[in-house]
Amino acid sequence: MSDRQYELVYILPPDTTEQAVTDLHTQVEAVVSKMHGQIEKTENWGRRRMAYEIGHHKEGVYVLDVINGSGELMKELDRRLKVMDLVIRHMVVRVDEEKKVVDRTRTKRTTESARRRVKRGLPAVRQPGEGRSADGEDAEDDRFDVGEV
Amino acid sequence: MAFGQGRSGGGGGRGRGDKKPGDKEKGQRRTLFRRRKVCKFCADKLDDINYKDVKLLGPFVPERGKILPRRISGTCAMHQRKLQLAIKRARQIALIPYVTD
Repeated sequence: MSDRQYELVYILPPDTTEQAVTDLHTQVEAVVSKMHGQIEKTENWGRRRMAYEIGHHKEGVYVLDVINGSGELMKELDRRLKVMDLVIRHMVVRVDEEKKVVDRTRTKRTTESARRRVKRGLPAVRQPGEGRSADGEDAEDDRFDVGEV
Repeated sequence: MAFGQGRSGGGGGRGRGDKKPGDKEKGQRRTLFRRRKVCKFCADKLDDINYKDVKLLGPFVPERGKILPRRISGTCAMHQRKLQLAIKRARQIALIPYVTD
């Protein structure tokens, strides 16, 4: 039940003090631990320019939390963040399913290529300097073709 | 990467604008500039299109702030869908603009 993984991003005004940021983080932590979840990691992106103004702020302090927990937990967090005046924007995204798919395709690709390479009598992993170099004739090719519409 | 050039080389928005006048000219351009289009994500084997990766999403959001259509970027259907979701998420947290005038 509670093996879902979510990412929570919230934005605080640029003039927020370090103290306020950590305060808010402990508040989030309290909610998470109360509802039997856990914070896997926290990233503070610091102050960065926002693409558009939110509430007359041009910059914001971004904080990312990766949280393992139930949907009820995220609902509660979402509700609380909505009420808080300090948080100018927040977003919750569920990530575990996408992560699973990405991992699956990645492992599938590597095992598949290893299998084919072994079949051709090559070492399973690509050696440095093998095959076409990245800056070959194809390097120009990934420009967008605007001509054809 | 050479990807940045795509943006300066007309971008999506501008290409659409100068399409109308002179069909003849357009025909010439087509033969001149036709290039094999490949899905960037398939070619570079990028499985994860993440909303936090602004550098990756940037070339697909031209100056106007609209999402670049598949017919121009050459992205495959699956990756365009993932890209679309990532861009929309990035917009919500102000990493990418909704509109720019």
